[in-house]
Amino acid sequence: MHISNGIIDGPVAAIFAALALAALTACVLRGRRDLDDRLAPMAGLVAAFIFAVQMLNFPIFTAGVSGHLLGGALAAMLVGPWVGALCVAVVLVVQALIFGDGGVAMLGLNITNMALLGTAAAYALIALLLRVLPRTRAGLAVTAFVAATLSVVVASQGFVLEYWLGGTTDLGNNLGGLAGTMAGVHLLIGIGEGLITATTVLTVAKVRPDLVYALRSLRAPAAPAVPVAGGVR
Amino acid sequence: MGAGHGHVLYRESDSPVHRLPPEVKIVAMVVFTLAVVATPREAFWAFGAYAVLVAAVAALARVGPRWLLSRALIELPFVLFAVALPFLGSGDRVEVLGLRLSEDGLHGAWNILAKGTLGVLASLLLAATTTTRDLIVGLDRLHCPQVLTQIATFMLRYLDVLVGEARRMRVARISRGDDPRFLWQLRGFAAGIGALFLRAFERGERVYLAMLSRGYTGRMPAVWQGEGAASAGQWLVAATVPVLAASIAATAVVLS
Repeated sequence: MHISNGIIDGPVAAIFAALALAALTACVLRGRRDLDDRLAPMAGLVAAFIFAVQMLNFPIFTAGVSGHLLGGALAAMLVGPWVGALCVAVVLVVQALIFGDGGVAMLGLNITNMALLGTAAAYALIALLLRVLPRTRAGLAVTAFVAATLSVVVASQGFVLEYWLGGTTDLGNNLGGLAGTMAGVHLLIGIGEGLITATTVLTVAKVRPDLVYALRSLRAPAAPAVPVAGGVR
Repeated sequence: MGAGHGHVLYRESDSPVHRLPPEVKIVAMVVFTLAVVATPREAFWAFGAYAVLVAAVAALARVGPRWLLSRALIELPFVLFAVALPFLGSGDRVEVLGLRLSEDGLHGAWNILAKGTLGVLASLLLAATTTTRDLIVGLDRLHCPQVLTQIATFMLRYLDVLVGEARRMRVARISRGDDPRFLWQLRGFAAGIGALFLRAFERGERVYLAMLSRGYTGRMPAVWQGEGAASAGQWLVAATVPVLAASIAATAVVLS
């Protein structure tokens, strides 16, 4: 899913770089407020987890596209949309700088797809489903699964949009085929991602529900504030 | 991986490139890549010149061609996309070895292959000559927001925590008579992921609280930052490569 140098032309890449920069600035401003003593190590771990998970690449030979897990939904669930987007963006920046995974010049596009679109779609779904579904373990699992699956598909369609705007090779009528292949492949990847996200979130919610950002607003009135900073458990 | 200093791609050495401050190398690498991407795809000679530049820096950094090329295989999935383009592209068709291929698609494939490879090689050279610690210091000196460097610092440190926990859990499973082969492993693997995450988090949380109690404020100590910030001379030395690349790109744009 990482776009490498030369796939999308310069002007479109520049526009999306500006867009990503503006959105990330907003995330930095909002994320700073969220980042407390509990969220800071969690953000680092979520980023490390996503980093490790993104190393599993599935090349799809017939179509010539590659896909992998994205982690946007996991980030949105555990550290919230603002810090979550920053986590995924940090992963992408480090990958581009030292692993050559995704071109440096295409960073804006990659951040838009995976960090912004993926996380935003996931968080919107989480916010919606947590209100609609019953507040049980099954409800939480379904929320995590659906948010992860659909966010991956949404992110993959971001690539199709960018390719339509500024692909270096005109595919003509094959663009629809590209959209279909990307959606189909990423639906499969999304199911895998959904399973991993759901099991991880369920385990964390069972043992340390205080760590799940998405559950904070729902449980806030019930639980009295407990001092955590520097505390001994 | 030695105690969080190096990473898999780092090559221990004392070459002139290794000694350059990280912020200089990051800027040089980014500018070089932008110049490569801005080059028109028909200017074949320009890509040859870029390759010579990369080879010169690699020789200076004492990074062997075999190491560089074998690590460059990471871009294989994108090359596959490039291979598909001559068949999918529209427009004029040309005969190549008895196949009717799209001319535009062939150019597009070359474009992705050349620019992608040069970008990967440039970032591999940065990785081979810069430790992860230095990378964070470099980003910090380039005024990257502290929230981002903080997340990046923890990410790179917890990567080792995560790998270590995974290894310990695997050993624990095998020693209890489990037989982790691929398909049999799947159920245990799925159940293990949540536990792995939680164990790694609690370990990481303890590390973080220990750091806080020793005066960590979100930025790494001054010892890391102060010494070795780039001098004007070092900026000039490192600027040679991106300036050369930018002039090649400018020439190619003018000529095309």
